[in-house]
Amino acid sequence: MNLLATSPTALQIVWFILVCVLWIGYLVLEGFDYGVAMLIPFLGKTEKEKRVIVNTIGPVWDGNQVWLLTAGGATFAAFPGWYATLFSGLYLPLFLILVGLIIRGVSFEYRAKNPETKWRNTFDWMASIGSFIVALVFGVGFANFIIGLPVVTAPGNDSLYVLDGKPYFWQLFSPFALLGGIVLVVLFLFHGANYLALKTKGEVHDKARAFASKAGLVAIVGGAIYLLWFQLAYSAGLFGWVLLVLAALGLVASWWFGQQGRDGIAFIGTAAATAFVTVMIFVRMFPTMGFNSAKVKTALDVTVAASSESTLVLMTIAAVIFVPIVLGYTAWNYKVFSRRLGTVNMPDEKELTPA
Amino acid sequence: MNAETIARWQFGITTVYHFFFVPVTLALSIITAILQTLWVRSGDLKYLRLTKFYGKLFLINFAMGVVTGIVQEFQFGMNWSEYSRFVGDIFGAPLALEALLAFFLESTFIGMWIFGWDRLPKKVHLTSIWLAAIGTNLSAIFILAANAWMQNPVGAIYDAALNRAHMTDFGAVLLNPVSLVTFAHVITSAWMTVGGLMVAVSGWHLAKIGNAAKNPDAGAHRFATKFGAWVLLGAGLLVCITGDIQGKIMTEVQPMKMAAAEGLYTTEGGDGKCADFSILTIGSMDGKQAVTPIIKVPCMLSFLATGNFDGKVEGINDLTKAYESGTLITPTNELQKTSYATLKAKIAALKADPNSGWDWAPNIPTSYWTFRIMMGLGFLAMAIGAFTLWTLRKGGVPKDNGLWKTIFWVAPLAPLFGISFGWIFTEIGRQPWLVNGVLPTASGVSPGVSAAEVLITCIGYTLLYGVLAVVELGLFNKYVRLGLPAVTEPKVLTDADAPLTFAY
Ligand code: HDD
Ligand code: HEM
Ligand code: HEM
Repeated sequence: MNLLATSPTALQIVWFILVCVLWIGYLVLEGFDYGVAMLIPFLGKTEKEKRVIVNTIGPVWDGNQVWLLTAGGATFAAFPGWYATLFSGLYLPLFLILVGLIIRGVSFEYRAKNPETKWRNTFDWMASIGSFIVALVFGVGFANFIIGLPVVTAPGNDSLYVLDGKPYFWQLFSPFALLGGIVLVVLFLFHGANYLALKTKGEVHDKARAFASKAGLVAIVGGAIYLLWFQLAYSAGLFGWVLLVLAALGLVASWWFGQQGRDGIAFIGTAAATAFVTVMIFVRMFPTMGFNSAKVKTALDVTVAASSESTLVLMTIAAVIFVPIVLGYTAWNYKVFSRRLGTVNMPDEKELTPA
Repeated sequence: MNAETIARWQFGITTVYHFFFVPVTLALSIITAILQTLWVRSGDLKYLRLTKFYGKLFLINFAMGVVTGIVQEFQFGMNWSEYSRFVGDIFGAPLALEALLAFFLESTFIGMWIFGWDRLPKKVHLTSIWLAAIGTNLSAIFILAANAWMQNPVGAIYDAALNRAHMTDFGAVLLNPVSLVTFAHVITSAWMTVGGLMVAVSGWHLAKIGNAAKNPDAGAHRFATKFGAWVLLGAGLLVCITGDIQGKIMTEVQPMKMAAAEGLYTTEGGDGKCADFSILTIGSMDGKQAVTPIIKVPCMLSFLATGNFDGKVEGINDLTKAYESGTLITPTNELQKTSYATLKAKIAALKADPNSGWDWAPNIPTSYWTFRIMMGLGFLAMAIGAFTLWTLRKGGVPKDNGLWKTIFWVAPLAPLFGISFGWIFTEIGRQPWLVNGVLPTASGVSPGVSAAEVLITCIGYTLLYGVLAVVELGLFNKYVRLGLPAVTEPKVLTDADAPLTFAY
């Protein structure tokens, strides 16, 4: 099973790694703004507190989301076979993700445009629920990549792989997968609370800190169960154990430094843990890309799914030039908005009446 | 209905919907940047007020463009998996580059612009809106290159071993003549839309203000109305010019589309004769009986298609005959040449399937009418631009009456719907192909996705989009009515505890 048709070229490996890097960017960056958005209705008691929370992610969330679009686009360009099989195979889960992204995506902009309480509460819940759905479904999805999605070839077309059989849909929700969903939600809540603590002062900061210390414990316990289960049942090899330990250390350090009031290090801890877990999953997904090819003649893997070398060369040149530029201006963006916000910083709002 | 039909409806609905917001973003981002530049240059607060006013409208619109765009990005793989696999080697690259080069730039700097009024020095802040606007327009270059490749698949050959297209020349994909002229046509039609929007919004305020010269808003709205009217008229002329060029390129690479646009069944023109362009016709266009053109422009079709008033325009029946006998759609196209053998097998299979209804031509009445509605709405909008300029000369203002109320509705909506009809023409006219002459639409659909799944999501998107449309239009309307905001000169804040001058 899963023998490589041919051994992967250097560029195919580079692009597998780059797709992993884009996912790390997405999960680390948008992970915290999902966490923050989920917390709006819970940590913001007064209107000004809610606005503080929204303003911490206001300037950055849209840019963070582009990491997901780039990961999707890069998968399409570098591994069309992966993109085609995965996106058509996980049709309904992806639809849920899109619904989540849509309802949260409009909410930050539109809540700000009308100060009425009912209006704002609606959008706060949309942001919270939308972020929750996206995190949950991605968590379930990644767990299924770890398990391996079984593929067969399409009727009359040996080049196209599709997921095996529709009863499979319900198998997406195995206990391990459901745990994956919950753990990702909790991890993002912890990560988001750390970000919020880092970016705020006063009441909001204290609430975020208190929440992080609770969420952190749940994340550590849940994460440990999930990662051990992952290693014992599906194994990412020896390297997997190293990554598991590093991820665990990240979470524990984050929690501990959070208790000491070291907001910056606490945030770096959850960011690092998220990154290590992502790498661990991608290690497991190499070279099968999360598919189980037991039923097909030629396995669907990085060599079969990849684009031609010329396309990969082109994409590599673009990535080498533009990824650093993107990282540069993204970092500058964070620097411009580095100051902590508190309710004192929120200007009063005037009623909206026609001039 | 089968999964393919619903998937096509779904793509059509979601893309046309996405493209209600895109033109406004494309042009209004640059216009907002221009207004802010005018303020930074002159220090005149009138321009700052306009910047903030139109900037808000821009953002309300932008939010919808973003969320509907994400759906587009994922749809290729979800609904068109064989298509994605077959063309990914070429088609994926512009999409990835769009995200990497354009969307990052756009979204990061829009964030900076929205929240940066009191964090960034004036000129740096101005740069952020320009970078966002540039990012937005860059995205159009890439996505249109991707779409143009489907109309004219250059820079690729067929790889028989892997059974898919293989990129040979990315430069050719980016410099595809269809892509270049499409970009020009789309951008200019986007400017028409925003020109019309400014006429409507500022013109409406001006009509309310009337001749009260002392009203502090009068000057700003007069400027914006005039600006919008000039944009509407000027961009309109460019739209006609670029559309004319597009017609010629289209006839070259997709002659069937031009034949469908006229409902022309038998070849006309050439040898000293010419083909006429009909503006209105009655009768069914199924080619079985003669249709009756009501108004004709002599020799215009020859000119539109070839650039000569006596050029030959091939008809649907003659083209069909040629294709049946093995003529390629674009005989010089490498991908079409190299993939012809597999294509023949695909078409034979489709012909054998009674449900597929294989036809070498697209739906003729839709092609015919959408083409005319596109142009008609554009001419109507240009007329409004001219009339507005005429009214505003020597201090005149629009009246607060029924005629002008109608004009204010039509000015932005005519170009906006013109664009929708233009796209529907372009995409329906491409049928039965997903990739012109290479991949039939029916072969591209996801085999593993059931009709029920596509239907559920199609209903889901439609409902969600419907609700969001109400919310967005409500907000848009509210901010239009609020009018120009009061402003103070923004200053960079240094006190960490001071209230921000602007926050969400
Ligand atoms: C305000 C909108 C608008 C207006 C007034 C026009 N167009 Fe247009 N047209 C579009 C908006 C548009 C569009 C929506 O932007 C399309 C769809 C795809 C594209 O490239 O542009 C389009 C497509 C399109 C195509 C199809 C290209 C293809 O499929 O390859 C042709 C031949 C023309 N146009 C020609 C014209 C001519 C001759 C016009 C007037 C004299 C004209 N258009 C006015
Ligand atoms: C933004 C403006 C666009 C609009 C309004 C638009 C509109 C449409 C419509 C109405 C259809 C349905 C045609 C039919 O079923 O007969 C369609 C199909 C399609 N379009 Fe476009 N389109 C746009 C741009 C694009 C772009 C940029 C791409 C690719 C990058 C694209 C790719 C497709 C695909 C894959 C289909 C599905 C197959 C088909 O039915 O032909 N479209 N589009
Ligand atoms: C002519 C065709 C299209 C053009 C010119 C275009 C342009 C744009 C623009 C200007 C935006 C910025 C947001 C806004 O509209 O307000 C946008 C958003 C987006 N579009 Fe389209 N679009 C087109 C069709 C499509 C298609 C077919 C796709 C699918 C690949 C797509 C994918 C996206 C995505 C993913 C976003 C969100 C970007 C973000 O998060 O900032 N677009 N598009």
